Amino acid sequence: MNLVIVDVGCGNIGSVGIAFERFGLSPRITGDGEAISTADKVILPGVGAAGYAMGEIARRGLAPVLRALRQPVLGICLGMQILFEHSEEEDTACLGIIPGAVRRLDPAPGRPVPHMGWSRLQVRDEEIGLRSGDYVYFAHSFACDEGAATVASADYGREIPAAVRAGNFLGAQFHPERSGEAGARFLESFLDA
Amino acid sequence: MPARRIIPCLDVKDGRVVKGIQFRDHRDVGDIVESAMRYREEGADELVFYDIAASAERRSLDPEWVRRIARVIDIPFAVAGGVRTRDQAAACLDAGADKVSINSPALERPALIEELARDFGSQCVVLGVDSFEADGDYWVKQYTGSPDATRDTGRRTLDWVKEATDRGVGEVVLNCMRRDGVRTGYDLAHTRAVVQTASVPVIASGGAGAPEHFRDAFVEAGASGALAATVFHDRLIPIPDLKEYLAACGIEMRR
Repeated sequence: MNLVIVDVGCGNIGSVGIAFERFGLSPRITGDGEAISTADKVILPGVGAAGYAMGEIARRGLAPVLRALRQPVLGICLGMQILFEHSEEEDTACLGIIPGAVRRLDPAPGRPVPHMGWSRLQVRDEEIGLRSGDYVYFAHSFACDEGAATVASADYGREIPAAVRAGNFLGAQFHPERSGEAGARFLESFLDA
Repeated sequence: MPARRIIPCLDVKDGRVVKGIQFRDHRDVGDIVESAMRYREEGADELVFYDIAASAERRSLDPEWVRRIARVIDIPFAVAGGVRTRDQAAACLDAGADKVSINSPALERPALIEELARDFGSQCVVLGVDSFEADGDYWVKQYTGSPDATRDTGRRTLDWVKEATDRGVGEVVLNCMRRDGVRTGYDLAHTRAVVQTASVPVIASGGAGAPEHFRDAFVEAGASGALAATVFHDRLIPIPDLKEYLAACGIEMRR
């Protein structure tokens, strides 16, 4: 399988690549539009800030390439957030593939921000390889709007989309590569799709 | 809050896992990858690897062992030890670490926190604090990896935690030095004070010796996670039994 990880100049491509190597795959990390367009499957990783990531995507001319993808695409963490229309993080216009915005989580007593750790999922569509009651690992300060694309959610003061799906685009707010057996099921389901 | 986290801490020296008492007299307790796998299998929620000598020896930790760990485990882990530049942190994250913990270098140059938070996001930046009780208050110590290099910073712990979270750290590991390795329980009052000062998750560290100590760290002090070394390395408290006990106390656990 020709699996491509989009290089958006952010850190932590390391652990995402390694996760797929556990499935015997050798994902290629690239910022080249042609290589991304012709891949069988595309991973949009991301740790860092939305403004920086969208800036790198613009600089490489990748926004139209990413929007036009018809093969299965998986956005992880920030890579899921930039599928939405807008992020409050640095007031950033995003790819607009999924309706809605990304908003800052507000800390409260007993609810520190970042939302960091293992949270229990409510799963609406088990086709993504997850089940209600699974625990997966989150590490984020911004969260997407709840909407029709939500296929799994976690509770953090409000309902937070943990996974979203819109056509060929799948997104995970959590880190499947660091979510043990549940995360592996999710990745396997993406690879089998 | 998410499930409370049980976090074994592995002190690393020359690529091996070691453990000392109150930061002294280190003894070898095992291979780094074998230890990581063992804790993952037992149900640890996260791991922390500290290269304890790096900061005092004025060097950064070696990304090579970070990569070895990242290849085999599928739970989050943080690394620490002498990271004092953006590029050193990037090397750790690229090698597969989820978080980089900074301690002495952040005290040397607090702007390091902003630089890391801006480029990698707060969720990747952990502040390690070595807190020491003296004269009726708690103070931050620096270069604690080596007894000869350890020194007072003159900073109050709560002031430093406030400043560092304002600058952008996404988590605080509070190590109460007088409790380290002595197994008499976490310093609950101090941990609670830090939890109330910080808007980010706080991990209790130093003093775990019994399952009740973990319960108290979560229920009494409000910690998001509890870190321990001796009781896990010496198999005094098996993690599955600990999680079962805490769940029976009504504390949410990932199992």
